Parts: sequence; C-alpha cells; structure tokens
Amino acid sequence: MEILGIPLQALLGQLLLGLVNGSFYAMLSLGLAVIFGLLNIINFSHGAMYMMGAYVAWMMMEYLGLGYWWSLAIAPIVIGAFGIVIERLLIRHVYKLDHLYGLLLTFGLALVIEGVYRDRFGASGQPYGVPDALRGATNLGFMILPNYRAWVVVASLLVCFLTWFVIERTRIGSYLRAGTENPRLVQAFGVNVPRMVMLTYGFGVALAAVAGVLAAPIIQVSPLMGSNVIIVVFAVVVIGGMGSILGSILTGLALGLVEGLTRVFYPEASATVVFVVMALVLMLRPAGLFGRES
Amino acid sequence: MAERDLAAGGSNTPPPGAVTGAFHGARLATPALSIGGLHAWYGESHILHGVDLEVQQGEVVSLLGRNGAGRTTTLRAILGLVGRRTGSIKIDGVEVVDAQPHHIARLGVGYCPEERGIFASLSCEENLLLPPLVKPGGMSLDDIYAMFPNLAERRASQGTRLSGGEQQMLAVARILRTGARLLLLDEISEGLAPVIVQALDRMIRRLKTLGYTIVMVEQNFRFAAPLADRLYVMEHGCVVEQFAAAELDSNMDRLRDYLGV
Repeated sequence: MEILGIPLQALLGQLLLGLVNGSFYAMLSLGLAVIFGLLNIINFSHGAMYMMGAYVAWMMMEYLGLGYWWSLAIAPIVIGAFGIVIERLLIRHVYKLDHLYGLLLTFGLALVIEGVYRDRFGASGQPYGVPDALRGATNLGFMILPNYRAWVVVASLLVCFLTWFVIERTRIGSYLRAGTENPRLVQAFGVNVPRMVMLTYGFGVALAAVAGVLAAPIIQVSPLMGSNVIIVVFAVVVIGGMGSILGSILTGLALGLVEGLTRVFYPEASATVVFVVMALVLMLRPAGLFGRES
Repeated sequence: MAERDLAAGGSNTPPPGAVTGAFHGARLATPALSIGGLHAWYGESHILHGVDLEVQQGEVVSLLGRNGAGRTTTLRAILGLVGRRTGSIKIDGVEVVDAQPHHIARLGVGYCPEERGIFASLSCEENLLLPPLVKPGGMSLDDIYAMFPNLAERRASQGTRLSGGEQQMLAVARILRTGARLLLLDEISEGLAPVIVQALDRMIRRLKTLGYTIVMVEQNFRFAAPLADRLYVMEHGCVVEQFAAAELDSNMDRLRDYLGV
C-alpha cells in the first residue's frame, strides 16, 4: 500500500520516529514552560540538564551496575537536586533583572557543564543498552513497532499528562498558576513563594533528566546531546507560546510529527522545517499558538 | 501618639451597637497594628517619611489623603511589598519590619490590593480558595457564598471574566476564608456602582460586629467616614492628622483642605 507514492510502512516508520522526537520536545519544552512561567528565566541550561540526566543513567550502569529502571527513578532526583543548588547559588540573583541576564547566566552555565563533561568523558558518545523488558519489536500487522520507542512515547505522554494535571487541576497547581501571574500577591497571602520557585526549577530540570534517561538507549550518551536538541526545543516553546503548559506539550508532539512527515516527503528540509514553522507563527501570531496575546 | 477615647467615637457610629462593646473588651489588649517611624522606598524613590499609626483590636480605621500621599504604600509596606523599609511595624505586638511577606501574612493579615489581583488563570472558586489558611476561625466557603451569592453563581467562571463588582467582592471574600483578623483593604469602593458600594458597606459593618480589625485606604470619603472609628490623614508620606469619628464634623473644613475636595 502506498500514500502519495510513499510506502505505508516507511510513512508510519517516519511518523513513529517523529512522535518519539516529539515526545522529547514535549517533555523538554514543558519543563522550560514551567520554569519560564514562574521564574521568568529562559533556561538555556535545560539541554545540559537533559544531557546530565542521560549521563547519570550511564554512570549508574557503568560504576554501580544499576540498570535503567533505577536510573529512571534516581536521575530526576539527582538532577532536580542539582538544579535546586544552582537556583539557590546563581539563578535567584538575576530574577529582578532583565530576561537577558537569566538567559546569559544559564547559557554560560550550559557551556561550563558541557565543557566539564567533554573534559571528563570526551566528545564521543557512550553506548547505553535498551533494558531487557523493552527489547525487540511488536508486529502490528501494518508496521513493526520497536518496543522501546513505543515505551518512550507512552512514558512521555504519561509524564506530560501528570504534569499538566498537577498544574491545571490541583491546589498546588493553583499556587503555581497564580504565582506565574503575580508572585508578590501570592506571597502576601502567606505562600512561601521563594521556596516554590526553587522547587519549580528543581522540578523543571528533573523533567529534563527524565527525558535524558528515556533518550539514553536511543541516542548515544554524549556531552553534546543537549545542545543538539535544545535549539529545536526553544523553537517549539516559541511556537507553542512562552509559558503555556498545554501549548508546549501539544506543539512538541505536533512538531515531531511535522519533522517526521517532512523527512518522508522532502528530507532536505527536515532539519529546518521547525524553524520555518516558527517564522510563520511569529509573523501571524507573535504570542505563539497557545500564548495569551497581551 | 495620644490615645483617644474610642468609645466616644463608637457611640457616634451608626448601629450595630455591638461594635462599641467589642472595643471596650479589646482596649487593653496589644494593638492589632502599631507602626512607628516607617520609611519606605521603591528603588530610589523615598515614598514614606516616618509614618506613625496605631490600630486597636476590632477597630476600623480609614487612611485618607490625596493620590500619591503614600496610603497604598503604607499598606504594601505593612506586608513587606515595597523595595525597602525601615522603622517599626508590629502586628499583635510582633515586629515584622524585617520579615518576608509570607511570614507577615501568616500572623493573620489579609490584603486586598487596589488592583484587586484576581488571577486570570484561576476560576472564581480557585481564586477564592487560593490564599492559604493562616489562622483558625475563618469563614467557611458556605458562609462566604451566603454573604456574596453572586460568587456562588459564578464559581466556575474564569476569575477575570467576572464583572468589576464581582471581582471586588471576590478580592475581599477570599481573605475572609483564611482566618486573617487584620484586613488591609485598598480602595475597595473605587469605580463601582452604588448598589455594589452599598453591599460592601453592609459587609464592612458585618465584619465590624464580628470583631475584625480593618484598615481601609479610601478615596471615597462618603463611603469611608460612616464606617471608620478613626480616620488618619496622610500627606507627602506622613500621617498629618487623625480624628475620631466623633470629631469629624468639627474638623470637616480642615479635612476638605487636606483632601482637596
């Protein structure tokens, strides 16, 4: 069977690949959106946090013999705690300044972190195996579905849904939403906003670490894996609308699919299509697809 | 600052009569709010230049003055929402001039900002439930909905889709839930239809009988004067005058000068 001259098998394969990439975009841009919403910080070190998440998984395997599932539980905690330390030591000093300072600070931080990892581990990638339970593939009849990739999509949808649910439907989330709008007033009501900000940053980078662990068996664990993906993720955030939770999730998934489709029909443009979409969205709807026009 | 006979002020205030009784009981207690030599800055601008004022437990006090006299800044300074402040602010005898806003709120202070501060990303009910409980004894959601039936009807609406009057009610109602006993209300009657202003008037009287301590910043003298036990007049970041409600009539001319009305 063919669609527009493309074999269905190839089309579905690329769509799945797009969906997997989209899952990473969604998880990473979600963390950026949560952080930007409350902290007003454009967290350029997000890619480095993602990379470190993958490295925690790799190091746990290499040095401690602890496998994938342990990493999935522990890496977000380790990176979240690291994020909290960074927030307390560095980032909190730039809240009152222009966005540019936060961007420069986190960008510099990303360069330092990447430099340290390159120095320690070299620029080439480290292999990380697919966990036993998720090896192999399932034949769906119309396509062969690699189990691990299916897991990545399911796991990231679950993480995104839970995050959305907590923010949009719970009391803790209402503090976060209100704090995003007017942190001083929320603090004047008796909420410890500085602590909430600190934990939010920790949570946002923990999401990046989850993405990093999920990515480890798919791509090689390398110090550059963060900077390779982060530029696309920032484009996703701009397209979805800065700070929009649902927007970042849906846009992340959709742009993964758009990339996948482009790879089928016009592979030369697959690396740039996201930026073309970004330019179009900025022209037509500068606040992003899901952003509030001010 | 000279102590004034508040009971005299109370007797001139319209009913309910329970109000004066509440004062007598509370007179001997620590003041609910006591401010001395308060200076406050926003960045480089020095806004308050040594504010002194004292509010007894269960008292309703109004801060009058022209725009820019420093009334809103006084309320914000009490909560630590200004850039920098020096002097003394005691809430129920506890010094808070160096405390963080969330600690100050936890002492039982409820704040209704001039811009109302209704959150667009929260529904009416989420707005109402947002401020955490700071003391036992706050009103229940049912009490609040009984007092403001409009809010019950609009509970699922987005906060900022409520009418101006409903948003004002919401902004006040949400601090009644928290158990705060010292309410700082900034221009709650501003820009509202007379029928809403009357509803707010009834609400303040009700809160007075319940023994709440209230500091109201008001431009609307006609709204504030009948409610307040005492009135402070501010000018250029200082308190320049204070009257008990009973002394109001004899001071009307000077007050008009201060307020420029």
